[in-house]
Amino acid sequence: MFQLNAAQFDTNSPVLYLIVGIILAVVLAQAVFFLVRAYRRGVKIGMSKEVLTKTMVRAGVFTIAPAVAILVGIVALSQKLGIPLPWLRLSVIGSFSYETIAANIFKGNVTDATAYVTVALVMTCGMLVSMFLPLITGKKIQRGLMKMRSKDKKWGEIFMTALFLGMISAFLGYVFGGVGEGGSGWIPVLVFFVSAVVMALCGLLLKVTKWRWINDYALPFCIIVGMVSAVPITMLLG
Amino acid sequence: MKPLGSFDDKTHFYGRIWGLVAALLILSYPFVCMAIFGASIDWKLFASGASIIVLYCVVGAVETFTYTPMLGSGGTYLGFVTGNLSNLKVPCALNCMEQAGVEKGTEEAEIISTISIAVSSIVTMLILVLGVVLISFLTPVFENPTLAPAFDNVLPALFGGMAVVYISKNWKISVIPCVLMLLVFIISSYATGSGDLAGTLIGVMVPVGVIVTLVSSRIMYKKGWLGEMGTTQEKAETVPAEDGEEKK
Repeated sequence: MFQLNAAQFDTNSPVLYLIVGIILAVVLAQAVFFLVRAYRRGVKIGMSKEVLTKTMVRAGVFTIAPAVAILVGIVALSQKLGIPLPWLRLSVIGSFSYETIAANIFKGNVTDATAYVTVALVMTCGMLVSMFLPLITGKKIQRGLMKMRSKDKKWGEIFMTALFLGMISAFLGYVFGGVGEGGSGWIPVLVFFVSAVVMALCGLLLKVTKWRWINDYALPFCIIVGMVSAVPITMLLG
Repeated sequence: MKPLGSFDDKTHFYGRIWGLVAALLILSYPFVCMAIFGASIDWKLFASGASIIVLYCVVGAVETFTYTPMLGSGGTYLGFVTGNLSNLKVPCALNCMEQAGVEKGTEEAEIISTISIAVSSIVTMLILVLGVVLISFLTPVFENPTLAPAFDNVLPALFGGMAVVYISKNWKISVIPCVLMLLVFIISSYATGSGDLAGTLIGVMVPVGVIVTLVSSRIMYKKGWLGEMGTTQEKAETVPAEDGEEKK
């Protein structure tokens, strides 16, 4: 039915949109399945519906700015690979940095089917471990954590906090990773500090006014202010 | 076969099924394209990407062991399918858990994490669908050189706000890894005279940061600097299983 030939290949062919649409529909169904299941479970164990609903709103608001940045990645890759493949890769398991590196094994814009499927295969193979390893190790890791928590609850809490702080510390360092370049390398550092200062001010405002809604939207607000501040900072230093 | 009694058992069961289906579908894309267009693989070109594949497989393994404990069971199965972990899903889950006031590692945290990652995945997909539909209108905006820095600086903007919250609350645990990471990235940047290395380093330094934080925290905990040791859970919490039975 969809049998075409290599001469009819186009990186934006409607059939490619159809394939990507089917895959994304399945992934979307998975997200909805886990959302409904977790919500029902939360209600069952006595969690407040308000907390669960607020979590959904917070997660949705939080996602907007980073998701727009992912969309920028699709636009950037679409010149080389068309829209469907970057759309698929950045909607699911991929990341912009990896997809860009993998796409660059082919010099210039991809126009023939052989180069296209080869680049798509390289992108796919690089994520094999990320796709299958969590399915094998997920249960063992979670059970190990449960066991550790049941033995020593206090250490279990510190362990979880340490995991997150380990990640945050690495990204703190990453922000300073370009300072050796001179002026332009300080742009992310200043953006980081703008966001940090805005968060501190939000905390202060919350303390003074007791407006709890500030707490809900402080981080998305910091992200947006930080991103916007990058424009004048780049004009000054870039 | 062992019956799947608890909610957690079922989460792993469904997570594996959904994960496997999604992985096979994602994996099938190049092969379906080959079949449709009658194309074959350029093995020479593929071989030129072999080192990239190996590198990212290693990164994938490291990310699995780093992020799985943070995301909980449901969040892990969903997060690893929908991707964008460090730049979206993990910070989103962390922020939602903090805002909901749940204790990390508990079933409440598992539920909040799963809900936040699910909603984040759905919202991301909807934004991307909308963006793809409107791409011809959006491309000039996104490619505008004046606005480009805003989209290039999502990570500093995201982690700036997060760092204030988490480092101020846990400064004792934070000092050692933060100082170490700053030294590593700043020295590497001055040594190479560029920021190119940072993009590669971050994949390795996240697990290094996690290990350093865990080891230093353990030492401080044993010395009694982080609170009392060995607060054993006296009694397992009693919560109803998904099928309505009581579970201990």
